[in-house]
Amino acid sequence: MNFTRRKVLGAAGAVALGATLPGRRALAQQGPVKIGMSMPQTGSLGAGGQAALVALRMWVDDVNQRGGLLNRKVEFIAYDDQTNPANTPGIYTKLLDVDKVDLLIAPYGTVPTAPIMPLVKQRGLMLMGNFSFQVNAKVQHDMWFNNSPWNDASSWSDGFFAAGKKAGAKTVAVLAADNDFAQNLANGARTLAKAANITSVYDQNYPPTTTDFSSLIRGIRAAKPEIVFVMSYPNDSVAIVRAVNEIGVGPQVQLFGGGMVGLQFTPIMSSLGSLLNGITNYNSYVPGMKYPGIEDFLQRYSKKAAEAKVDPLGFYLPPFNYAIGQILEQAVNATKTLDQRKLAGWLHGNEAKTIVGPIRWGKDGEWAKARVVQAQFRGIVDKDVEQFRRPGKQVVIYPDDYKTGSAITPFDKARSAK
Amino acid sequence: MIFSFDLLAEALIFGLLLGCFYAAVSIGLSVSFGLLDVPHVAHPAVMILGSYCTFIVAGWGLDPIVAGVVLMPAFFVLGVLIYRFYYESFEKRGTEAGVRGLAFFFGIAFIIEVGLILVFGVDQRSVQAAYIGSSWALGDYRIPYRMLVAFGVALVLTLALTIYLSQTFTGRAIKAVAQDEPALRLMGANPVRIKQWAFGIATAVSALAGAMVIIVGPVEPAMDRVYIGRTFCVVVLAGLGSMTGTLASGLILGISESIVLMFFGASWAPAVAFGLLLVVLGIRPQGLFGR
Amino acid sequence: MKFWIGSAVIVLAALGVALSPINEYFFFAAFVVLTFVVLATAWNILGGYAGYVNFGTSAFFGLGAYSAVVLFKGLGAPLAVQIAAGAAMGALLGFGVGLLTLRLRGIFFAIATVAVIFIMETLMINWRYVGGATGLQLLRPEAMAPFTSYTRMLFVVMALMAVVSVAVARFVQTSWIGRGLRALRDSEEAAEASGVPTLRLKLFACVISGALMGAAGAPMPMYLSFIEPASTFSLNYAIGALAAPMIGGTMHWLGPVIGAILLASLQQIVTVTISGEMNVLVIGVLLVLFVVLAPEGILGFFKRWLKSSSR
Repeated sequence: MNFTRRKVLGAAGAVALGATLPGRRALAQQGPVKIGMSMPQTGSLGAGGQAALVALRMWVDDVNQRGGLLNRKVEFIAYDDQTNPANTPGIYTKLLDVDKVDLLIAPYGTVPTAPIMPLVKQRGLMLMGNFSFQVNAKVQHDMWFNNSPWNDASSWSDGFFAAGKKAGAKTVAVLAADNDFAQNLANGARTLAKAANITSVYDQNYPPTTTDFSSLIRGIRAAKPEIVFVMSYPNDSVAIVRAVNEIGVGPQVQLFGGGMVGLQFTPIMSSLGSLLNGITNYNSYVPGMKYPGIEDFLQRYSKKAAEAKVDPLGFYLPPFNYAIGQILEQAVNATKTLDQRKLAGWLHGNEAKTIVGPIRWGKDGEWAKARVVQAQFRGIVDKDVEQFRRPGKQVVIYPDDYKTGSAITPFDKARSAK
Repeated sequence: MIFSFDLLAEALIFGLLLGCFYAAVSIGLSVSFGLLDVPHVAHPAVMILGSYCTFIVAGWGLDPIVAGVVLMPAFFVLGVLIYRFYYESFEKRGTEAGVRGLAFFFGIAFIIEVGLILVFGVDQRSVQAAYIGSSWALGDYRIPYRMLVAFGVALVLTLALTIYLSQTFTGRAIKAVAQDEPALRLMGANPVRIKQWAFGIATAVSALAGAMVIIVGPVEPAMDRVYIGRTFCVVVLAGLGSMTGTLASGLILGISESIVLMFFGASWAPAVAFGLLLVVLGIRPQGLFGR
Repeated sequence: MKFWIGSAVIVLAALGVALSPINEYFFFAAFVVLTFVVLATAWNILGGYAGYVNFGTSAFFGLGAYSAVVLFKGLGAPLAVQIAAGAAMGALLGFGVGLLTLRLRGIFFAIATVAVIFIMETLMINWRYVGGATGLQLLRPEAMAPFTSYTRMLFVVMALMAVVSVAVARFVQTSWIGRGLRALRDSEEAAEASGVPTLRLKLFACVISGALMGAAGAPMPMYLSFIEPASTFSLNYAIGALAAPMIGGTMHWLGPVIGAILLASLQQIVTVTISGEMNVLVIGVLLVLFVVLAPEGILGFFKRWLKSSSR
């Protein structure tokens, strides 16, 4: 670690001042530490992004109350990329060259993040990932650190296929959006299905702008699959759920869902209501899972969210976004610098303690140990947001560490189960 | 891709309903472009504006179709104003201004689209109704009610407009002005006022068409771009000036799109309208029933 | 002669600016402005001189971009080869579109060109090699010395391309080709009757226009390090390429240049200060205003000066 005289004197001065003024730390004259990102606040991922922003701003307030980073105030800059990948290169260039930020956080989601991976690699910058899936696989940036509880396709699909096999399923239909997230997941899922001796009877990609899924659902029904693995983004997820309820997928389907983004956002959950019943889908956190400090966070979050008029429950993204802040804080405090290489080095070699548990990263910047769950919706009624706080509405069927029940099959039976 | 006659039958039924819907959303353009020769590329944008207005009005508690009907008078006035402006700025000044008239409507389309983004954001909007979300079980087939409703309204609209144009006095005046404007002038009628009236009707019809668009599925501001292909395909395939032709070509497009969607995948479906349009323009630009 | 001296000065100035320590973001924005100068100039060759309103600029631009991607991904081709490929593919598409003009005028031609955009976009969506609707991340090579960053190098490349395209437009305008195009714009039948080879002239204009647009599209994937169909084939390129000459003036090669610099710079400023959507509103509003109130564009105000200077 480099100790320049100025830093030592500065640190000493700060300590002295801090000792004389309890509760008020001296904030240095160097100017604020700027943390910048683009966040999808409108568009397909918008509902999730807005909730995530509340959590991030909470962390910024908390850290500034503790004296900021390196005794400088933290300034947070967030733009809206509208879930449009074409917007992110321009926004991140602006953040770097016009706003001159010190630290970068990735936008929420694989699709807005993919375009900026080459940019951060070429500029040698650290990037904090935000719930994207395998977005670093091609670029292989060594200063990438994701906050999401999955790592590869296996971590995601294993549980889903395991539940299907338990119900005796031998065939699968794959329906995937043609975007980075769904394609990454679909490629992994196809290999895993083969390895698990499950035959693919239907395999379709659809362009992200598709709004009418009745023809696709009809095609799936005609193929008579026993597992339907859907990889979709929020707008499509909603349309697919509605289409399934409108025309049905057939009585032989045991398991439906798997990789549908958006069914974790509270506004979408409450607007779909009972249409969700029976669907088995991934999640990062459901009520009942024990993480240190998460209950306290969710309580504080609820109040802020109510003021900002966004997702009041905050289960899916917000805790993990708050964790990004905690990760950055620990790395900066440990290395006492904003140097990207040093921070990345520390994160690769150490464990970060967050409200979603301790996190260690693999070489590819994904979590060394995955913690994503598959849960089945049961007994959901319409127009009731608070029901989702109660355990039993999303029954965790995988992995064993967090399991609260087994999947009810077939799909049609699960839809009417209580 | 699995091929079965069951799937084909379902695709055909869906295509029929879709086709009638396409005919109804194109019929306004059939009047404004087909009969009046106005290069109205902003027609889909005005229609999507109608969808958003339906979203607002339906939000006050009205059924979406009723909302669409309620909006028709306001859109009639909008149509008259647009035509008046277009006439004064371009049509009056002769054919040289034709190129600029086209650019004008492209500009208007963009302004409407961006205006919608600024007011509503890029998020999708949809409406709720009893008939949206469930389907009619016909043996093994499932036919969504929202498509049936759109089909019904579309049929009524198309027939009503066709009857209006052929049976009423003003209707026939509109057709006359399309066929032979100088003769009409000689007979003492004012062609500008007739065209204005016709354009107003076409725009009012677009309001109801917009209501149908948002019933059939969610809308977002950029949807006008894909509808340019669909509406112009229907109108050009029909041949300018033919109302019944619009219904027929709508059905052709609807069924083609449905079959491509079913058997070739959702990634090719958006190109069907534009592909068909290009083929028609290349081989038989006067369409099937044109004048 | 004055033209060539002026062009050399501009290229040298661009080089100088690129080597100076100006903020990086300037080059990021200026690249887009220069792209529109090329697109507008190319558009005007067919639209202004010949009177055929091409609303399919995005198709040529996108085709150029994807050609560059294919060569870069498959062969690791350098930028110059990518640009050449973009120009070649643009020329080919231009030839095809030119054949369309045999049958179609006015709005029919314009709508046909829109159809070409969507069909090209759908083709790319269905081609997994270039990423489909998902898109491709691209790791661009190191910038060539003496440039400190790739974006600066792209800026100079685009400045060069702008000068070349304006030179081409000027050549077309002042030569017998330009006279022929003007004749067929005023009345195609009369021109045919007096022996003007209208088909060959139209094909020539389409091919040149298309080639320049394709060349303008080729550097875009390297600029963003990413490509995907929706934004590459965006109608924004089509309307920008059409609005700039309408605003600047379609009679003379200076018109598209003035219009593009004005429009694109305004858009970049609005994007940075207000928002991304507003910048599309800027084009729409300016286009409508100029088309209604000032049909001859900005150059129309300087008509007398122009008549005496364009030899």
